[in-house]
Amino acid sequence: MIVNPLTKNIDMTRPPLEISGYESNDGYQSIKNIAKGMTSTDVLQKTKDSGLKGRGGAGFPTGLKWSFVPQGEDSPKQKYFVVNADEMEPGTFKDRLLMEGDPHLLIEGIIIGSFAIQADTAYIFLRGEYKVAERALRKAIDEARERGFLGKNILDTGFNLDIIVHTSAGRYICGEETALLNALEGKRANPRSKPPFPQVSGLWGKPTIVNNVETICNLPGIFTYGIDWYQSLTKGKDHGTKLFGISGKVKNPGCWELPLGITIRELLEDYGGGMQEGLDLRGFLPGGGSTDFMLPEHLDLKFDYDDIAQAGSRLATGTMILLDNETCPVGMIGNLMRFFSHESCGFCTPCRDGLPWVVAIFDEFCKGQGTRKDLEILHEHVEYMGPGRTFCALAPGATAPLGSGLRYFAEDFEKLIKE
Amino acid sequence: MSGNLIASTARKARKLTEEEVHEIEHEMELYPDKKAVGLEALKIVQKHQGWVSDESMQAISKFLEIPVSDLESVATFFNLVYRQPVGENVILFCNSVSCWVMGCESIKSHINEKLGIDFGQTSEDGKFTFLPVPCLGDCDKAPVMMVGDDLHRNLTHDKIDELILTYRKSKQVE
Amino acid sequence: MAKVVIDGVEYEVNPDNNLLQECLSNGLDLPYFCWHPCMGSVGACRQCAVKQYRDSEDTNGNIVMACMTPAADGAIISINDDQAKDMRERVIESLMISHPHDCPVCEEGGECHLQDMTLMSGHNYRRYDKKKVTHRNQYLGPFINHEMNRCITCYRCVRYYDDYAGGTDLAAQASHHHTYFGRYEEGVLESEFSGNLVEVCPTGVFTDKAFSEHYSRKWDLQTAPSICAGCGTGCNITPGERYGTLRRVVNRYNSEINGYFICDRGRFGFDYVNSPERIRLSPEISDDVEKKLEQFKTDDAIGIGSPRASNESNFALRELVGEDRFFSGLSDSDHEAVQLTLALGQDAAFRSPSVKEIELADAVIIIGEDVTNTSPRVALALRQSVRNYAMDLAKQSQIPAWQDAAVRELAQHDRSPLAILTPYTTRLDDIASEIVLGPPSQLIEVAGAVAKAISENAPTISSGDDRVAQIAKYLAEAKRPLIVSGCSAGRIDFIKVAANLARALSEQRQEVIDLCLTAPEANTLGMSMLTNEENTLGAALDKIRRGEARKVIVLENDLYRRAPHPDVTDALEKADSLLVLDQLPTKTTEKATLLLPATSFSEHEATYVNYEGRAQVSFQVHQNNSGALPSWRWLSKDRKENISSLTERLVKCSCSFEGIKTLRPEIHVAVSGMQIPRQSHRYSGRTAMRANLNVHEPKQPVDEESVLSFSMEGIPPGKDATILGAPWSPSWNSNQSISKFQEEVNGDLKQGNTGQLLLDRDKSDTYLEIKLDVPKADGGLEVALVHQIFGSGELSAKSKALQKRMVDPYIGLSKADAESLGLSQGDSVSIDGNGNVAAVVVRTKMKVGTAALYCGENDIDHHALGETVHLQKVASSHHRGLGNLIVSDLYEEGY
Repeated sequence: MIVNPLTKNIDMTRPPLEISGYESNDGYQSIKNIAKGMTSTDVLQKTKDSGLKGRGGAGFPTGLKWSFVPQGEDSPKQKYFVVNADEMEPGTFKDRLLMEGDPHLLIEGIIIGSFAIQADTAYIFLRGEYKVAERALRKAIDEARERGFLGKNILDTGFNLDIIVHTSAGRYICGEETALLNALEGKRANPRSKPPFPQVSGLWGKPTIVNNVETICNLPGIFTYGIDWYQSLTKGKDHGTKLFGISGKVKNPGCWELPLGITIRELLEDYGGGMQEGLDLRGFLPGGGSTDFMLPEHLDLKFDYDDIAQAGSRLATGTMILLDNETCPVGMIGNLMRFFSHESCGFCTPCRDGLPWVVAIFDEFCKGQGTRKDLEILHEHVEYMGPGRTFCALAPGATAPLGSGLRYFAEDFEKLIKE
Repeated sequence: MSGNLIASTARKARKLTEEEVHEIEHEMELYPDKKAVGLEALKIVQKHQGWVSDESMQAISKFLEIPVSDLESVATFFNLVYRQPVGENVILFCNSVSCWVMGCESIKSHINEKLGIDFGQTSEDGKFTFLPVPCLGDCDKAPVMMVGDDLHRNLTHDKIDELILTYRKSKQVE
Repeated sequence: MAKVVIDGVEYEVNPDNNLLQECLSNGLDLPYFCWHPCMGSVGACRQCAVKQYRDSEDTNGNIVMACMTPAADGAIISINDDQAKDMRERVIESLMISHPHDCPVCEEGGECHLQDMTLMSGHNYRRYDKKKVTHRNQYLGPFINHEMNRCITCYRCVRYYDDYAGGTDLAAQASHHHTYFGRYEEGVLESEFSGNLVEVCPTGVFTDKAFSEHYSRKWDLQTAPSICAGCGTGCNITPGERYGTLRRVVNRYNSEINGYFICDRGRFGFDYVNSPERIRLSPEISDDVEKKLEQFKTDDAIGIGSPRASNESNFALRELVGEDRFFSGLSDSDHEAVQLTLALGQDAAFRSPSVKEIELADAVIIIGEDVTNTSPRVALALRQSVRNYAMDLAKQSQIPAWQDAAVRELAQHDRSPLAILTPYTTRLDDIASEIVLGPPSQLIEVAGAVAKAISENAPTISSGDDRVAQIAKYLAEAKRPLIVSGCSAGRIDFIKVAANLARALSEQRQEVIDLCLTAPEANTLGMSMLTNEENTLGAALDKIRRGEARKVIVLENDLYRRAPHPDVTDALEKADSLLVLDQLPTKTTEKATLLLPATSFSEHEATYVNYEGRAQVSFQVHQNNSGALPSWRWLSKDRKENISSLTERLVKCSCSFEGIKTLRPEIHVAVSGMQIPRQSHRYSGRTAMRANLNVHEPKQPVDEESVLSFSMEGIPPGKDATILGAPWSPSWNSNQSISKFQEEVNGDLKQGNTGQLLLDRDKSDTYLEIKLDVPKADGGLEVALVHQIFGSGELSAKSKALQKRMVDPYIGLSKADAESLGLSQGDSVSIDGNGNVAAVVVRTKMKVGTAALYCGENDIDHHALGETVHLQKVASSHHRGLGNLIVSDLYEEGY
């Protein structure tokens, strides 16, 4: 039984599989299965039934998201399927692996998703810096088109699809799905208000689905090996496997496909090889830069959506960043704040003007020039830039490490106050 | 004399090269709206010219019939569109959290010292422009940076010395 | 209607609106920045945070932005909740971290929305002690100052300038806290509506440059409700005076006409009032002026009226010389066109839509009228009308209309249809669905064919243009079609064919059709209503030449703008005596035997009739100190005449004017008979302002005629907006205070009036005959008159700020015509060899055979030209040059 459907073809010591090699390992089998007579509604239902949740960070059920796309006679004919391949979350390096390592898997998934919502055009919104991935994807798309998996009347289903690779001109905010759509339209990547959701009015005002790379890469397996197989992969409540990563001062940093629900300790020790000699773990961000810090006491929690949430953080991208005892937590949070401040699109006030203030305060703390007044202002900003207060999730993302950091590492901040 | 009589922007537009026009026209097939092509055109022009000059902006604006202001609005928004000349090799240096934890600050200082430039600057010999970039998504191999299209991982001071030597000689490492 | 609970009080609200708008409509104070009453919400500033509760059980609630939350039935919110208040204070604090706090030297100070909101939100102590972000400012032309350091990044400027007004040269640049609003490079802001940035910007980033040069605080300005004299639209404005000079003009809200916006001619074209060239009462005549005047009050005098003078002045002249001897002050072709406009204005088949109604149209055809340059505010309304498609689409997708960005995103470039039939490209082309370019005769054909396609009864006109059927189809199928034309092109056939088209639609749809015929000057219609149809200017000039009129009175009019120059000279030299009343010297005043100074629009109380036939009253703002009187007062038989009795006689004489009786409020309606002050309660320095001349404070001038006083004493217009010059309400010092005076946001002013429509629609008529011109065989080019927003208005062109944007007379030619005549860009040409010289402008989209002629400030005697002209290259001569010319299709090769 396949236990690593996302990475089964990946071997980074060689170029990714070409289409013949990919097909011989069950590649594009899902498309062939669908072409045997499944309707788009069937595909949608099966995706819902699989329990697949979005892997981009929010963890929203994928099938449910698709079901909001208006279908039927009076819905707009033009619909778009958009792949969020703008991996830029600090400490996140999973989509790069998937695209560089096995581009056909993503293509196959895109075909499934596009078929489900009946989109005849799909855009891959790819980070501009991912040059290797771009080349791999373009090559894979050409191969797939040649084999008839893309283009007109795919496998005699009457379904047409073209995939266009769009390389981003670079902004973290493009990872926010509505900002991504604006960027794709050649506009400033300010997020849009929701509602209306992209499913109703998305790319160029047309119904649009935006899914993350990893989410889409889950689809071929579901439609090749079935729901029972898919649901048997997990060790926890949520289904499927997930790419987990570790960066920071462990012996063996890296990225692995593992069933949801393994413990954090297993990941850290069995895969990451434990902390580097002489270092202790002080805390970690479980799923990229916009998640709350967790502490060593949380190591035995399961790495899935619910358990992490109970510890006050989020699974998000599943790529953890470690803070060791010799690294200054204030400096680390300051680095994150500088990142978020720079990447703020500048649209809404708390994010645009709150973050630079926070950064200016961190600059002084890092020089040992902190003041109590400023510490108070930092605390205020956690709420001020929090969920519901801002236009999108960027600043609330920043408040996750900020708020938890202020809480967990209070003494480190204290030490930097100039008395 | 009539040139002064009527203000004209045409003087400032340069002529797009055939290659650029060809590539922009290709993009027009991929996007249903000119604005989207505008951003693509900025990238195309940058690919060929190294950066996007005022004259290039005017040229794209004329070619696509979209206002220069709209182009400027996006050109100045995105990190990877350069509105100033850059060196032969653009160093995109990751200074996000994982690289920071792994000591990118020291690597950065080393580059500062070796090239005599800080972020946003171009070395005197015109070989390097040094820019920070958000997380490059290769965190298990931090610290990392890109030079041109190439990614360089697990950076050390020695490795930087080596890279600078190589890039000084040729434009790109093949 | 829906019900919402706000801080425990139940309010009736419109569920189609958002909560912020409903809070303001209900008189509640809730701070905001990015929301604008007619631009909807985008949720950028986060200033209008309130607490919303799920239901009455919910005690925690969530912070939401009122502007982004529908006023849904049953919503429970709190403005006064501590968390919400704290959020609003934080927002102000953080958007001010880089604000320079330079209020004392900032032009916005005292009427700054940011100041008001800062105070309202309770932020009063600056905790930010780090480095501020600073910006470089840009030169944006003669109208607008740029001070980016004051910016709070609300995005209102670009949303107004680009999205609302269709500008293309202002944009948001850069990002995060470096976001910058400006042009891509320094230069003149191109939009004809750029001045509204001054009022749209909630703080002092964009300020009025002309005003800055002789600045005064809002509270130190003496103001009164006034009507713009820039064109025939009749926008409501508030001019402000200080130290005897007019300092600025700002928009004055009128729900039917200009709403929140005016054009740049209106805003920056007033300063001729302060001109040192203003005609003064010369000392030598001031003593016996009465006697000199007497000699004109005889039976053999004739009077020539003025489309830029008030009803009262025109009527006083008519009364003096008698109805039969009162002649039109329009050119003969304009007179004919306006008389037709008036006849159509009484036709029951049509409606003359207000600017607000123009915005409701969902299919429009413009026939031969370049509205952006002749009636700019109408053009801005047309720009909104094409969005009705988007509004419908949004409704179908259940996106509320106030979700501005979402509605625009949904509709993309799909718009309601707008056909423009024009001899040259216009500034509305970017939103047009069809642009039919051609010489005027061809356009008339196309419009005639559209009428025929709609109704069989229309006169048979055929056109080879393949867009006819399409245009006819959407006009016929629209919910509210609109036909726009006017007399600015000097072609009455444009109006005739527009009327026929409207009649065809009216027949086919069995309903009243919107027919908007623009009027070029402030009182074109009013004067024409007082003029007998046969009393043309040509007839008057003939009469003078024949010696049948020895005494001539010309009322505020330069006849050289109205008739061929030799004809005018000839006639005026024949007259024994010529009385000219005017504000500024003209070619006509040079010929006067008696020249009397007339007050300008801001120096008298008067009524004007706009293009719809809407009469409005314009109050006196300040006094004239150079001896000028309202023309009607010079002309009245009784020099003690009072405007009320004059008005009474006017109404008695011409029953069409019945409606103006109600326009001028009588003093007895004011509280306790107290006058309403023109000066604010904070008006400063009154006792000192003349101290450099005399330490004794003079008595305040008394205004015996008006309900307004030249004083700060009296009862200011509270929530009663009958007479509202500068709106002000406690805590609301900026123009945003207007919501306190509206019945509801965007609604009528409380107790205010929007003027009186004077024309009764009680006649019915039939199709008009149109003589289609047979193309001339003489090889000449067909003339199409061009107007420039800055330059074509006679008086506004004398304003310093506008002069910086004006151009020389020019003649627009197609590339082919220019080539065949051996002409290139910028050459000077003589027109018909008669001394008229213009610069050549080669335009790529002009059709062969067309000559688009801009006459400058009457530098070209176009009345002397035929329908076609011949051009000849002459040695180049330039005055202003053409650097300010903004056309989209300038031929550029060779630069």
